[in-house]
Amino acid sequence: MFNYTFQWKQALARLPQMLDGALVTMQIAILSMAIGILLAVLLTMFRLSGLRLLSAIARTWVEIARNTPALFQIYMAHFGLGSFGLHLSPFASILLGITFNNAGYLTENFRGALKAIPETQTRAARSLGFGQGGAFRYIVLPQMLRIAFLPMTNQMVWAILMTSLGVTVGMNSDLYGVTQDLNALTFRTFELFALAAVIFYLITKVITLGARLIAARLFRY
Amino acid sequence: MFDTALTAADFAFLAKGAGVTILVTLVSVLAGTVLGILFGVFRYQVGPVLAAPLTFVLDIFRSIPLLIQLVLANAFLGTILRLNISGFAVACIILSLYTAAFCAEIVRGGIEAVPATTRRAARSLGMTWGQDMREIVLPLATRVALPSWIGLALGVMKDSALVYIVQVTELLKSTQILITRLQEPLLLLMICGAFYFVISFPLARFGGYLEKRWSND
Repeated sequence: MFNYTFQWKQALARLPQMLDGALVTMQIAILSMAIGILLAVLLTMFRLSGLRLLSAIARTWVEIARNTPALFQIYMAHFGLGSFGLHLSPFASILLGITFNNAGYLTENFRGALKAIPETQTRAARSLGFGQGGAFRYIVLPQMLRIAFLPMTNQMVWAILMTSLGVTVGMNSDLYGVTQDLNALTFRTFELFALAAVIFYLITKVITLGARLIAARLFRY
Repeated sequence: MFDTALTAADFAFLAKGAGVTILVTLVSVLAGTVLGILFGVFRYQVGPVLAAPLTFVLDIFRSIPLLIQLVLANAFLGTILRLNISGFAVACIILSLYTAAFCAEIVRGGIEAVPATTRRAARSLGMTWGQDMREIVLPLATRVALPSWIGLALGVMKDSALVYIVQVTELLKSTQILITRLQEPLLLLMICGAFYFVISFPLARFGGYLEKRWSND
């Protein structure tokens, strides 16, 4: 039953290529998080604006992002936009798909965080002479980002795991794509993907621990 | 714009894919929840030090892309152990463990939310550990855990879109097969997305409603 010879050397020999892939994975995840946070702040402002059209946009975005598979969103970015004549590269598709997803989930996280900030703070800021924008920018936003820091870390981990979906739209330079190409060359499926799994695990651990350290430093008071 | 080559047979094909999605989800959520409850209770009961190996293994399922988990399980069970196992079975096994990993966390959170004093009171009234668990902890922990559990179940349904990698033709894969043939990506993706949305949105709303209703008291 068990006559399989593991060939770990073959997999380890490809480690440099896979680490290059890991860098691309990190790049996609960080970009999608950075843009996602900006978009989520914008959508949160839409929600708070009280304008029906803007809050409808925010609500639709959040519900679609949260109620359909991430893979579907990436297909939409790649094949869906393609039928409008907008042909994105695999990199752009995966980035757009994950960013859309991130923005939706983060907006929902921000909504939860806002609940924890007393309404009276906005009123106090307004009566001290802050404008509506100023009160949000200087009083609400910093507290909101701070409360939502842990969910944001989780979302970052999700973003990294989601980059593996890029392979479905022809991405072959990220960690999963590189691994799959190497697999087509060597057929050491288990060894290669096990190595990729270890790299993914280490990346997520470094991020979770790093975020905890940053949080301890930033929010020590 | 509304001309389409989509036929009734294609719809039946999509419906079949949707059936597979639902079946995989149901099996995995059921098995994963049972396992998750066992793991969660075990972790709470033996404490963090003794449960460390289990915690570590469950953490792996949450820190590695599902796609890689599926590929690895397929390679391990099929190529290394040479079991004659279907893609559907591999998908269900991995998704169950994946669900269990998250569910254990939810269960533990639920149990921890029950005040220790309430449980001690139950025990000092003469209840056994089993009675305390069934009559006191279960109802109180459910209130905390159920909304998150609904979110988890919906998440598993959405993540089940990835099982195409082990040759299971679920909804999104069926859609993609049709896209390749009909070259109408937008229409087909809209149908597929609408299906997920119609199932997920009301349940997510219901979860949110429960969370709001049960959080006050």
